Amino acid sequence: MEIHEEHRDHQSQHLPRVLVIKPPPPLTLFGDKFISRSFQLLKAYESSLSLEQFLISHAHSIEAILCSGDSPVTLDILRLLPKLRLVVTASAGVNHIHMPECRRRGIAVANAGSIFSDDAADAAVGLLIDVWRKISSADRFLRQGLWSKIGDYPLGSKLGGKRVGIVGLGNIGLQVAKRLQAFGCNVLYNSRSKKPVPYAFYSNVCELAANSDALIICCALTDQTRRMINREVMLALGKEGIIVNVGRGAVIDENEMVRCLVRGEIAGAGLDVFENEPYVPKELLELDNVVLQPHRAVFTSECFVDLCELAVGNLEALFSNQPLLSPVTAE
Amino acid sequence: MDNNSNNIIVLMVCPVSNYLEQEIEKSFKVFKLWHFEDKEQFINTHKDSIQAVVGSAAAGADAELIESLPKLEIVATCSVGLDKIDLARCKEKGIRVANTPDVLTDDVADLAIGLILAVLRRICESDRYVRSGEWKKGEFKMTTKFTGKSVGILGMGRIGTVIAKRAEAFDCIIGYNSRTEKPNLNYKYYPNLIDLASNCQILVVACSLTEETQHIVNRQVINALGPKGVLINIGRGLLVDEHELVSALLQGRLGGAGLDVFEHEPDVPEELIGLENVVLLPHVASATVETRKAMADLVVGNLQAHFGKKPLLTPVV
Repeated sequence: MEIHEEHRDHQSQHLPRVLVIKPPPPLTLFGDKFISRSFQLLKAYESSLSLEQFLISHAHSIEAILCSGDSPVTLDILRLLPKLRLVVTASAGVNHIHMPECRRRGIAVANAGSIFSDDAADAAVGLLIDVWRKISSADRFLRQGLWSKIGDYPLGSKLGGKRVGIVGLGNIGLQVAKRLQAFGCNVLYNSRSKKPVPYAFYSNVCELAANSDALIICCALTDQTRRMINREVMLALGKEGIIVNVGRGAVIDENEMVRCLVRGEIAGAGLDVFENEPYVPKELLELDNVVLQPHRAVFTSECFVDLCELAVGNLEALFSNQPLLSPVTAE
Repeated sequence: MDNNSNNIIVLMVCPVSNYLEQEIEKSFKVFKLWHFEDKEQFINTHKDSIQAVVGSAAAGADAELIESLPKLEIVATCSVGLDKIDLARCKEKGIRVANTPDVLTDDVADLAIGLILAVLRRICESDRYVRSGEWKKGEFKMTTKFTGKSVGILGMGRIGTVIAKRAEAFDCIIGYNSRTEKPNLNYKYYPNLIDLASNCQILVVACSLTEETQHIVNRQVINALGPKGVLINIGRGLLVDEHELVSALLQGRLGGAGLDVFEHEPDVPEELIGLENVVLLPHVASATVETRKAMADLVVGNLQAHFGKKPLLTPVV
């Protein structure tokens, strides 16, 4: 509460304020990592004032915002903060930030850079292996006592020699590719632009699917990628094909995917994200050839510690006039 | 292939696959031991005609069986592991032994990494979390990062080497323990298994089961691996003291385990079934359509080579 804050160390009254409208998960989990000599957090969510009143009363001291995906930085919010210099988001995506207004006013934006890449790639590979080698379903089979009752579990599918199409060869996609090479997979990709990589590029995601045994979705959700993985793509992938999604649920036409899975038009899926989390289509809950994850691809303790340090690093860089660690540059 | 080979009798001691049975039957006469209630009587009746035994990881040819088959010339196992075959006795009697190395190395290594990810990232546990509806009530917990972790490999043979290469793609730090140090490897060698366990976060058991290696992963090794450590076993159940493993997991002295093999398959200790920090698989490390076909082809190839008086494809003895 504001009164309590005024009683704190005299020095901190002069520290620039970093506004937090809704605490990003790293702050909730590792709050002590955000104690700094360079700034003080201003927690709007602990105030009884309405957000607008809160912003108006603190407008003169707020120089930065700390947010994440579920704490939008809207045009209205930006307009109430004349001293704002930086928005730090604890996410890779910036769809929740009004970028045009930030650009217009010269407000810098820093994101999570490539902090998430390793964990997201590990999750994608873990899901791929699980679906092809039936790890979760065989574990389920064993726990139900069926190994002794029925006998051996049905055979899985070898990874080596399989063609894996990566949709979106950004930081995460590149890390997925690096790992899959070690498993003897042939890596192909589709991305907004061709990259200087030794993997075959397909300018069209449907063509990528037609030449792949599995698709791994690693791209951001944009107007272009929404429902990009549609029926046509899934039919091109084919009856033996599998999909892994560690991007965003809405990149896939979820209803269509459910239909294709139920009808056997694709062979299986490993999904960390869904259109309407935490709701998962009930048909998927009945299927043995899907692996379902509660959107945790980057939620490792190590990643979150790194995320805290990066966010704090960016804020401290701002307040000591150093270059930002992970600025989002114009596309 | 010599027409007369259809008279050669092969005894399959356990079911492997329909494909293997069909392929062997193309060139040989096959007896399936599991079809006979009184196995002793069956063997007694046919002992003078059985010239080959085909087994797998589940069953092979022990001293008793070998002694009861005076015409036995070759034991071909559909596995790379030889722990179910009395090799010394075969050597003594001039009986050939063939297994299925190399064709399954990639699959086994893939599964080892799959198990590591499944345990560290709680993939199976969180799949259960979603399926049970728990996600609607709250977020799942944080998991443990795999990239960059230290991986210790027990047994740096064909399989251990390939596991190490895959772990390197995740920037892991590799250490190993083996009977002897391998000169051309860039990984740190630990002559003492307890030291290896103390210095890695994930210990992968990839050595072969012999009299010397039974229970090589014992209480001290498990304690050295510790409350944040993870044990992955894709070797043989008997390599690990299962009783000690269960108690360590129950008491939190070991962080987690990914197990493809058990001491008394298909029986799995009941206490493990209730644990969330373990992944339990019904011996599937080589269980892909592609690899099982390749293994079966190798078994048949070895039989045909032997009875065609050609060199064995993958001889052990």
